[in-house]
Amino acid sequence: MALTPQDVRRLGALARIELTDEELDRLAPQLDVILEAVASVTEVAADDIPPTSHALPLTNVFRDDEVRPSLPQEAVLAAAPATEDGRFRVPRILTEEG
Amino acid sequence: MDDLLTYGEALERFDPVLGLEVHVELNTASKMFCGCTNHFGSEPNTNTCPVCLGLPGSLPALNGKAVESAIRLGLALGCSIAPRCRFARKNYFYPDMTKDFQTSQYDEPIAFEGVVEVEVEGQTFRIEIERAHMEEDAGKLVHQGTSGRIHGADYSLVDYNRAGTPLVEIVTKPIRGTGTLAPQVAKAYVDYVRDTVLALGVSDAKMEQGSLRCDANVSLMPKGSDVLGTRTETKNVNSLRSIEAALTYEIRRQGAVLAEGGRVIQETRMWHEEGYTTAGRSKEQAEDYRYFPEPDLVPIVADAEWVERLRATLPEPPAERRRRLQADWGFTDLEFRDVVNGGALDAVADTVAAGCPPQAARKWWTAELARRANEAGVDLAALGVTPTQVARVQALIDEGTLTDSLARKVFDYLLAGESDPDAIVAAHSLAVVSDEGALSAAVDAAIAADPGTAQRVREGKVQAAGALIGAVMKSMRGQADASRVRELVMGRLQP
Ligand SMILES: [Zn+2]
Repeated sequence: MALTPQDVRRLGALARIELTDEELDRLAPQLDVILEAVASVTEVAADDIPPTSHALPLTNVFRDDEVRPSLPQEAVLAAAPATEDGRFRVPRILTEEG
Repeated sequence: MDDLLTYGEALERFDPVLGLEVHVELNTASKMFCGCTNHFGSEPNTNTCPVCLGLPGSLPALNGKAVESAIRLGLALGCSIAPRCRFARKNYFYPDMTKDFQTSQYDEPIAFEGVVEVEVEGQTFRIEIERAHMEEDAGKLVHQGTSGRIHGADYSLVDYNRAGTPLVEIVTKPIRGTGTLAPQVAKAYVDYVRDTVLALGVSDAKMEQGSLRCDANVSLMPKGSDVLGTRTETKNVNSLRSIEAALTYEIRRQGAVLAEGGRVIQETRMWHEEGYTTAGRSKEQAEDYRYFPEPDLVPIVADAEWVERLRATLPEPPAERRRRLQADWGFTDLEFRDVVNGGALDAVADTVAAGCPPQAARKWWTAELARRANEAGVDLAALGVTPTQVARVQALIDEGTLTDSLARKVFDYLLAGESDPDAIVAAHSLAVVSDEGALSAAVDAAIAADPGTAQRVREGKVQAAGALIGAVMKSMRGQADASRVRELVMGRLQP
């Protein structure tokens, strides 16, 4: 499979994780081992076995459309690093649309 | 400011190709994956819980009503319903999304391959729908700072009340062959979707509140070519009229870029109500959302029995309803088209249902009220006058309490925030003066004040009577029946 440090850098960027070159060199082989281990599953899966996304043989688990109490605003905002006017205050975002 | 071709020149050289994405917020009582109320307009961050705040360890529980609404909407748009589908995680980082992923659908939308027909200027356009999928809405950001615009924002404030609201996103296939009518076809299509969701009762579909939103994609193909051009996606289009205006603008702007030999950049553009678009995020690089099946929600299996049970609940399709209403009201094609094009169909229908004669309802909504909506720059539905009020005003005219011009004054007060026509008539003394004594006195005074005119009427110059009638109406502050005043004037001067 051979996951390159460049692949890991890209995955890191997508996950907003900044990695040093040293970390990339160390992590790429480790991640590669994990991927290989998972890939071995495909070797035993026959063509007639559909890919599995859920471990439980369940479908159509629905909730009734009923309102339950929400959390009080103070509780919601209690763990926020910064708030203003009952809202979460976050750093400005330059590169995305609003 | 962008260079623009005239619309006519752009359409002489290029064929527009449209693509429309409509987001419909479902009006379920609770959110999509938690029991928080799905209510617009609450105090910020008062309708949230660990699930819609994306707190660790919380698990989503799917709202069955939202799924049924999505299936019904898919069916109403002529779509097939997927026998089996799943949710997927769309991963991205933005403060409006607490979980750092949006629960959406990816390669398995619940509804797909639909078709609807819309009519514009007597032509029928077939619009193919690629898919209608379920997803959750994000929170709402307010950018704070000196300029008010995102690039000048110092920081942003987030309200998560909207996070987790159930949405259906309806995506069309590329729409070709609309020619110069492209912006109108887009508007007619979104109007069709709005009519449909309102008829289904699955959404409030209020564009100005964002419960129905449209992202309008357009690209230009040189005439005679069949190679699709680079498209832009315009967001922030918050009314039906804005859809038309935004697309017209983009066609003119892209036309100018291409005419000068330039290249249209694939990007998101923001529509501004002042009448232009500005560049937003570039989409030149394909997004990598790393979609994968949502492990916390099990698949949805829509068997034929369930789908058919839901199909049986569908209301009359909008096109059939229109044919029926036109016949019921006895409108000519032209009259009916005015109503439809003016976005007044529901208003007229509701006004007639409230007891108003159809022609009177048509007249108020397509003339007086349309003019006022236009002046205010809002859609008719957002004007603030209700069908019940219009029906009552017309009833007051029919019983002789109001004249047309007095009725217009009642609308002034209704638009200023008062709500009861009868109370307005009483509070502002707007009723027609039917007191014959007062009328006679006013007629006599007008004749005495203008003996020259009176003499000419006596000599047979009937049209001169208009000045006397006008004087009487003025002294009665418009609160007299002009035809009765004419009778009285003529009775005095030409017995
Ligand atoms: Zn919640």
